[in-house]
Amino acid sequence: MRFLTRKNIRSAAGILLAYVLLQGLNSAGLLSNYVLFIIMVALINAILTVSLNIITGFAGQFSIGHAGFMAVGAYVSAMFTRFVLNVGPDTPFVWREPAFLISLFAGSLAAALVAYLIGIPTLRLKGDYLAIATLGFNQVMVVLFNNLDFVGGPRGFTGIPKLSDLTWVAGLTVVSVLIMRNFVRSIYGSQCVAVREDEIAAESLGVDVTRYKILAFTLASFFAGTAGGLLAHLLQLAHPSQFTFLKSIDILLMLVVGGMGSIPGSIISALVLTVLPEMLRFSQDLRLVIYPVLLIVFVIKNPLPYLRRVTAQIQERVRAMWVNRFGG
Amino acid sequence: MEQFLSQLINGLQIGTIYALIALGYTMVYGIIKLINFAHGDLIMIGSYVAYLSIVHFGVPFPVAFLLAMLFCALAGVLMDRIAYRPLRHRPRLEALITAMGVSLFIEHGARNLPFIGPSFRRFPDVVGVKSYPLVSSVVVTNVQILNVVVAVVLMVILQYIIRRTKIGMAMRAVSLDLEAAKLMGIDVDRVIAVTFAIGGCLAGAAGVLMGVAYPRLSPYMGVMPGLKAFVAAVFGGIGSIPGAVVGGVLMGVVETFATAAYSQVAEGVFFVVLVAVLLFRPTGLLGEPIAEKV
Repeated sequence: MRFLTRKNIRSAAGILLAYVLLQGLNSAGLLSNYVLFIIMVALINAILTVSLNIITGFAGQFSIGHAGFMAVGAYVSAMFTRFVLNVGPDTPFVWREPAFLISLFAGSLAAALVAYLIGIPTLRLKGDYLAIATLGFNQVMVVLFNNLDFVGGPRGFTGIPKLSDLTWVAGLTVVSVLIMRNFVRSIYGSQCVAVREDEIAAESLGVDVTRYKILAFTLASFFAGTAGGLLAHLLQLAHPSQFTFLKSIDILLMLVVGGMGSIPGSIISALVLTVLPEMLRFSQDLRLVIYPVLLIVFVIKNPLPYLRRVTAQIQERVRAMWVNRFGG
Repeated sequence: MEQFLSQLINGLQIGTIYALIALGYTMVYGIIKLINFAHGDLIMIGSYVAYLSIVHFGVPFPVAFLLAMLFCALAGVLMDRIAYRPLRHRPRLEALITAMGVSLFIEHGARNLPFIGPSFRRFPDVVGVKSYPLVSSVVVTNVQILNVVVAVVLMVILQYIIRRTKIGMAMRAVSLDLEAAKLMGIDVDRVIAVTFAIGGCLAGAAGVLMGVAYPRLSPYMGVMPGLKAFVAAVFGGIGSIPGAVVGGVLMGVVETFATAAYSQVAEGVFFVVLVAVLLFRPTGLLGEPIAEKV
């Protein structure tokens, strides 16, 4: 496996450039907090969509409970920063940042653990029955957090320190997408795809179907937990109503629009579908009517492959220009 | 014991409403394997049609009831024609997402209509609530009686349509094997449209019954009952008509008892029961086991 391929270097450079640009604009004060906030939410949504893609797009298991794992990540990581590590606004930088990493990791791990325990019984179900079981799990989580008084119950978990910033969110997005991409391309990923394509055939070829389903489910939930933790420390709030099945459907929606089993598709559609409703704000109340209409048109007409083709053409042209000028 | 009885009556009341909604879910699912998330919003449309025709046009209640059913049938057919038919041969998840889009569109569209609006509206008391003593302190209201009677009558009619009429036979054929039915000369698109119309009728009726029983209308009133009815349909075995009725009634009863016992966790209880049932009967209570062909 070669890491320093031209393609990898180019994408790394692209990501770094985008980050430096954003950070520069931000420190120059040219980027309003609102825009920055939307960008961070979009990136968090990208983590969520890619991780659901592992379960639904690659392992072929239909889940509408992703927000439940997000909730676990959000609450557990917030509990860590608030109660275990006692991070506050005046905590020194050198301790605050590693503490945040520990909390996020704890939240993600908790989400993965819950997914593992939930996955063992429920992943025996198939298709829509699995979808309903995961949806049920999601609602149970909402009810649970609504009734846990020490994390605020129905008032929500408030007073979470604001630790998420562009660096954290962008960095963790890149890291988690990379890990998930490598998982998909590894032998484990291939076995997940085999499970998706034909369970019986996969089993007869020696793929441990249950094991790979649980593996995909656990891994994806780990990153859903990371996203939840980042979101909680961005909003400084974790509220049960953020994590209902509607949020799960939102993620599913981004996944379907981006195309099942396509990681770049997931990222693009998460970014587009997060920004789109914001751009519709000029239409005020009608925004909520226009958005679903666009969505239906999106699914029926399916413009993303077209968009991707256009971006590929642009890339090709830029590359040609580059080659002409500097010679490869 | 008395409390048990009155809770049982309350549970049956809401349960029959769930059953009516669940029937629409299960019929559509049985034929095109689509979870029609927008089905719950038909309840809202039904309620508002009845409300508007009674309050603004002074229509008598039974006529308003029929109007609501008619409107919802129309809405169901339109929904299928505009949003779902273009996706018939695409992956099922795409249709599911479209259904979600349709649902959001109906809810927010209703919210933006001046005569519906975002605020709550009160369904007029058209029946004139009276209660009749049953045993000692247990009472049953005429609303509850009306509710159960209407639901049962509608279910009997549905059963008649499915078992005894030509279109019912076509529906059964399509749900058994869509391609084969097409080859036998059945106009599949028409059968699907009729299914949506029947489902819409039932949802409209459920909407009016809900309006009478719980007279608080809002554009989002269909979301939770829709979700619960869907879960009830899965609980009974999705695609199975008796399953939807059993699931719906059980859902209502379990929910009512759980709310009476400990209201905060009531919503969670049913899902726990659901997952537990699915673990032992993976295709629901009355669902047929899926045979896998290799």
